[in-house]
Amino acid sequence: MDTMLSAFETMVKSVSDWVTLACDTPFARAVVFGVPIRGHLLVEGLLLVVILFLLSQKSYKPPKRPLTKKEVDELCDEWVPEPLIPTISEEMKYEPPVLESAAGPHTVINGKEVVNFTSANYLGLLGNDKLQESCTKALEKYGVGSCGPRGFYGTIDVHLDCEARIAKFLGTSDSILYSYGLSTMFSTIPAFCKKGDIVVVDEGVHWGIQNGLHLSRSTIIYFKHNDMTSLQSILENVTHDNKRTKKIRRYIIVEAIYQNSGQVAPLDEIIRLKEKYRFRVILDESNSIGVLGGSGRGLTEHCKVPIEKVDIVTAAMGHALATEGGFCTGSARVIDHQRLSSSGYVFSASLPPYLASAAITAIDVLEDSPNLITKLKDNIATLRKGLSDVKGLEIVSHPESPIVFLRLKKSTGSIKGDLQVLEDIADHLLKEHDVFVATSKRAIVDKCKLPAGIRLYVSAAHTESDLGRACESLKKATARIFEGQ
Amino acid sequence: MITIPYLTALTTYFSYGLLFAFGQFRDFFRKIVDWWSHSSLQGYAPICLGLEDFYIRRLYLRIQDCFNRPISSPPDAWFDVVERISNDNNKTLKRTTRVNRCLNLGSYNYLGFAAADEYCTPRVIETLRKFSASTCSTRVDGGTTTLHAELEECVANFVEKPAAIVFGMGYVTNSAILPVLIGKGGLIISDSLNHNSIVNGARGSGATIRVFQHNTPSHLEKVLRDQIAEGQPRTHRPWKKIIVVVEGIYSMEGELCKLPEIVSICKKYKAYVYLDEAHSIGAVGKTGRGVCELLSVDTADVDVMMGTFTKSFGSCGGYIAGSKELIQYLKYTCPAHLYATSVSPPAAQQIISSIKVILGEDGSSRGAQKLARIRENSNFFRSELQKMGFEVLGDNDSPVMPIMLYNPAKIPAFSRECLKRNVAVVTVAFPATPLLLARARICISAAHSREDLIKALEVISTVGDMVGVKYFPAEPKKQQLEGDRFKLD
Ligand SMILES: Cc1ncc(COP(=O)(O)O)c(C=O)c1O
Repeated sequence: MDTMLSAFETMVKSVSDWVTLACDTPFARAVVFGVPIRGHLLVEGLLLVVILFLLSQKSYKPPKRPLTKKEVDELCDEWVPEPLIPTISEEMKYEPPVLESAAGPHTVINGKEVVNFTSANYLGLLGNDKLQESCTKALEKYGVGSCGPRGFYGTIDVHLDCEARIAKFLGTSDSILYSYGLSTMFSTIPAFCKKGDIVVVDEGVHWGIQNGLHLSRSTIIYFKHNDMTSLQSILENVTHDNKRTKKIRRYIIVEAIYQNSGQVAPLDEIIRLKEKYRFRVILDESNSIGVLGGSGRGLTEHCKVPIEKVDIVTAAMGHALATEGGFCTGSARVIDHQRLSSSGYVFSASLPPYLASAAITAIDVLEDSPNLITKLKDNIATLRKGLSDVKGLEIVSHPESPIVFLRLKKSTGSIKGDLQVLEDIADHLLKEHDVFVATSKRAIVDKCKLPAGIRLYVSAAHTESDLGRACESLKKATARIFEGQ
Repeated sequence: MITIPYLTALTTYFSYGLLFAFGQFRDFFRKIVDWWSHSSLQGYAPICLGLEDFYIRRLYLRIQDCFNRPISSPPDAWFDVVERISNDNNKTLKRTTRVNRCLNLGSYNYLGFAAADEYCTPRVIETLRKFSASTCSTRVDGGTTTLHAELEECVANFVEKPAAIVFGMGYVTNSAILPVLIGKGGLIISDSLNHNSIVNGARGSGATIRVFQHNTPSHLEKVLRDQIAEGQPRTHRPWKKIIVVVEGIYSMEGELCKLPEIVSICKKYKAYVYLDEAHSIGAVGKTGRGVCELLSVDTADVDVMMGTFTKSFGSCGGYIAGSKELIQYLKYTCPAHLYATSVSPPAAQQIISSIKVILGEDGSSRGAQKLARIRENSNFFRSELQKMGFEVLGDNDSPVMPIMLYNPAKIPAFSRECLKRNVAVVTVAFPATPLLLARARICISAAHSREDLIKALEVISTVGDMVGVKYFPAEPKKQQLEGDRFKLD
């Protein structure tokens, strides 16, 4: 009897596993079971078997006495939930500065013109005449929103043109548009990384990637921030003691330029390791498209790695391309798979057409004027030079990173304390010197443990005097703040 | 409740079985060929999962021309659908330059703000001139403009909550907010048919997730009682908090949420209510304020109100509205506020302008007309479809009406035949619906004229006869159905 029971159990388990697998969401399973189907032979047959089985069994467990209605009532009455949100502390009341004009290299805050270093408008395309014109045309032709997901008449011809344009620019076979930069990563990763897969990832990745990893339920292993020996030893460990690894999918996930530190991933080394240990690479090029490489094709161009070697490339378009949304590019198989399996693509309205058309124009402009990239590189160099001897702060970002990341030389001991000092500096800069910079604030759900810092987003549209002013002001501000301590 | 006729269930299973068998048969040969030519990548596990991949190759590709149809005009009442051709049995589709002008029964353009609008568009273009297309920055850094502040105030005022926060995408709104509201030790009770963004948000939060039967308050009560009595799994500690997540209008069912009952149950058991009004905000209610207004629920009883701007407002993005403290907390902690680019300024202006039109603050009565129109249109269309004998799901006043198709072969047939007659409909199948419950979905817009709807009804009736989806043709049966419905309500 027992063997039969266990055989039956495994059967039920395998059936339910199949259902879970087929639907791949815990809710969908309830949906499948939740559909009452009259005259459904299979289910009824199964039920009958189950009932007969249960009837023929003598229960061997001591009978459980369920709670009475009264007891449940009491428990429900007694239960006191926590408030929906914790009490609001003073720091939660922070209100960011409100811009009164476009977020270009100069903007207006509180009626005063300030130099803006918070906008990742690397190439200065924000407000570019050609982009404005293409947006206007698209707005007149298509209206604002697309009113539907891509599958259901939300695919507008500019989306397809934009996807083709991106693929052509980067030399890949196809690409796929997402309607928001943040959703790009956290939809792409779960489309490929599933339960049981191994993902080796840099500990400094941004929240979008962290969330994608969490949703994927893969086995996640972090390596030290941008440390190739740490990566290698992990890859070695993972592949060595496990003979099964051949059968499971393995990924390395890195950012080209880390949002959280401004460092650049050494792609050539990563590709060497990937090929040695047979991992696939997912690369987030959000901050490097339009910036790195001679023609702005990103980290692959910078490191002279053929883009085919990187299996999946994603990027947000809200930076150098001065529009919104994101894209993923790679082989046709990788892209086609996402068109049905990527939740942020399937279940969300498509990118507003004017933003897709702006992306096309931005790439056109980028290809036509390589001098923008040279200008940006010059600006980065100028700013770094000017900031090399600021009191109490050090530059930790890569020399070519458009995010110039300044960190406290002497940490106060906690990220919160550091952030407070940095925010004081930023505040002072804005109020006294009309220079607008941002600190690297962190959400409570963010697992990144890298030190906080001040981020200056350099743009090709910044003038020599803007950069000079930023350096001078920062020196004065830090002198003031650190002297006061 | 959907109940499938006996015969239909059998034939549907049979069809899927046949497709499955043939697919496996062809895969078998493919494997032999692959093995022969050693074409697979050595040392790497395949990038796509077996079953999912099988479904795509063998089932989806056959009918992929019914989905992702490109258009080359705004998704207004009539739009241009681009023709596609395939030279390899539907495996790949190529765009042509030919277009068909079709009646649009697919887009979520409930109030007709999708196309250029006399009030909104000039303002949107003005905003583009002033603020450009993007801010390239996050809200906490340098992405908050005066426009964003105005938008949040405007939305809060519209949904009748003290404060609101906006994001650039509806999907992200759900999936980034739930993790900051609740975590380990908390419980999310979710409707079984909730949208994928809620599912992902709930999963991302790390809280325990329980599901209650779709739109069934009694079952919700049962789940709540059981869970409160039982506490957390294994440790049996009491739950920290419980959030019940429901939608205003279920987009695949066309049903209105039974909000009054659900709210009163949540009140009784001290659970918080999270309401996703993606499809209902702007589309229902006397002044377009969504299901709360339609079903007379006090918005103060709904703790977190969420909605999107992609539907009725013809823009993009999403919002959360709630108490001032809630919004303050979210602004401090929510990753989408801290890390994502802020709403594109022209899109923000579109939302502000369309809300002004809806509220009549543009100085005309167009908003009120639109709202009256969508209600009339929806109720007219629904009742006509029911008279014709289709099995139509959903409630009165809801602009979404699914027509059940069931059989896999009927999905492409229905869609293609309608398109041939210049009516564009959406068909939905697994995985968006359960395997057996494939359907066509009609979304009515205020932009449709009576003639449009009559034409659509003619076409759908003809195609319905051809394809055989009038499952309730006889008069008495239909009444029985209505009786059923009543009981369920
Ligand atoms: C209930 C629900 N929530 C959220 C969303 C996502 O909204 P968006 O398309 O703006 O990402 C949708 C869209 O389909 C929806 O139906």
